[in-house]
Amino acid sequence: MSVAPGLHPDSWHLQTLLERAPGLQALADTLADLADEGHPIAAGTADLKFSNGLVRFQERHPDRYVQFGISEQHMVSAAAGLASTGLQPYVATFASFLALLACEQIRTDVAYTKLPVRLIGHHAGITLGFYGTSHHATEDLAIMRSVAGLTVVAPADAAQLAAALRASTAHPGPIYFRIGRGQDPDVYGPDAPFELGKAVEHGTGTDLTIVATGSMLHPSLRAAERLNADGISTGVLDVHTVKPLDEAAVLAAAERSGLLLTVEEHNVLGGLGGAVAETVAGAGSGARVVRHGIRDEYSLIGPPTHLYRHYGLDPDGVERAAREVVFSKTGPQARLAARP
Amino acid sequence: MVDHIRTAPAADAELVELIRDRALFARLETVRLISIAKTGHYASGFSCAEILATLYYGVMNLRRGEPDWPDRDRFLFGKGHAAATLYPLLADWGFFDPAELDGYTRLGSPFGDHPDMTRVPGIDFSSGSLGHALSTGAGTAMGLRMQGRPSNVYVLLGDGELHEGQIWEAALGAAHHGVSNLVAIVDRNGQSLDGPVDSVTNLEPLTDKWRAFGWETHEVDGHDPAALLTLLRSIAADPGRTRPAVVIAHTVKGKGISYMERDFGWHLGWLAEPDERAAIEELRSNR
Repeated sequence: MSVAPGLHPDSWHLQTLLERAPGLQALADTLADLADEGHPIAAGTADLKFSNGLVRFQERHPDRYVQFGISEQHMVSAAAGLASTGLQPYVATFASFLALLACEQIRTDVAYTKLPVRLIGHHAGITLGFYGTSHHATEDLAIMRSVAGLTVVAPADAAQLAAALRASTAHPGPIYFRIGRGQDPDVYGPDAPFELGKAVEHGTGTDLTIVATGSMLHPSLRAAERLNADGISTGVLDVHTVKPLDEAAVLAAAERSGLLLTVEEHNVLGGLGGAVAETVAGAGSGARVVRHGIRDEYSLIGPPTHLYRHYGLDPDGVERAAREVVFSKTGPQARLAARP
Repeated sequence: MVDHIRTAPAADAELVELIRDRALFARLETVRLISIAKTGHYASGFSCAEILATLYYGVMNLRRGEPDWPDRDRFLFGKGHAAATLYPLLADWGFFDPAELDGYTRLGSPFGDHPDMTRVPGIDFSSGSLGHALSTGAGTAMGLRMQGRPSNVYVLLGDGELHEGQIWEAALGAAHHGVSNLVAIVDRNGQSLDGPVDSVTNLEPLTDKWRAFGWETHEVDGHDPAALLTLLRSIAADPGRTRPAVVIAHTVKGKGISYMERDFGWHLGWLAEPDERAAIEELRSNR
């Protein structure tokens, strides 16, 4: 569909953005379906309804939609107010503005009050590429994870996002959803099972388990295929719920493979890698945890796919990181083997 | 720049008397609770005692002993540091046992310096971080309206609190959405921690600011129960309201204790036993 008479069909503008981000369509469509089914859903955004697709919710439920304007802090606090009246509000904006700009509102008005507000941080990580660091969120998992009582979920694709949204209606407390730009390749089918707090095993490995969350599940699965084909027994654990962490699944993987590689589109400090390392160290299992992600730096400017390649967050990069840790001379296996 | 100034009809004389009595009760209880904590916000509570008493005894639609009644009017305390002045009124409404206040601020008590909705029945929203309550209040009012509830939402803001940028996000948003069941009251006592509010950062012309943001504006003497009662009731009763309303309530920080009225240092403090006794005497005699 051309956006103006005489223009090439490939030309596009803001209002057709969603056609290019099929993964985000699940956000508004699922919420609108849930509202149709009688759930007390309200949805709002801060002048980004075409970027996150909530325009489609607005079309179906205009009376339950709120445009907050470019007032993210107000939006988060007002969502808490909406929730205090019995509604389940889902409010969405770029993860950088939600988790960083409105952090204190999330802590004080949403989490401390235990209200069922659902915060949707979209375009998380470095997926906004050359928009630059102001629009990147490589800190949000660490920040949100330290907010008491807040559940933190990072779905890997549209189907898992839909399933997670559906599951959230039965959750009494607040949730931070971390999603990408709606272009993540599909991992799950439409009826994928989803349980908050329950990690999903994609095969098990005796040499290595890759622990991935959100956008990094897909490249991790591709990397694991190659490693397994090469005789390196590799499992993948999808930790879609970063908090509360499925500690049993993480410790079982640590026990089984003795070596975990965490992969996240996030700083290696404080996010998934931090959570897994804390759990494994606390259990004293002796397994090694290596954290793969953004190494405590601000991203270069570049197209997202180029950045993923640069930071090793594509299948090649995850495979490379995995081979490095498996064949590392400093791992516990290597040290044990070197004992007299 | 005053939209409405009216005096209370004679029929309300008894109610005005009750409000005066409950405002004194709230001040005396504030003194008692602070004596337990050994630190507290006397002056902030004293400046809004008549506002709180007018709302809770003359304006808000509440049910005794039913703090969660869905159709109740809501009260959000932007200047949550004055919670010690509010708790006694909630106890008086039967939302919890007044004896629970004897443990004010002690380890594990539901009652802290700032109000917590998850611990104190009758607190409609937690507060403490200035600048949030107009947003949480606007969201509450919108949620009630979405569900067809008749409730009004009252938000009491400190004037120093208006320095927070989020207040003006909320002021824009509430006006844009025509949140007509929202009433903000500004406790314009003129003092914040470091001195006169307007010398810290000037707010004037304050009523013009709210009007420019699209709010219905009113000014009132915040220590005159009859004027407060008449004004707040007229706002609630106006069927043609299409906008949120703000009431600039002119008050005196520390109202009721002569030396507190003169010295902004009493934002936070504690009175040793003989001074506390004298303060109670002064409050009673001012009644």
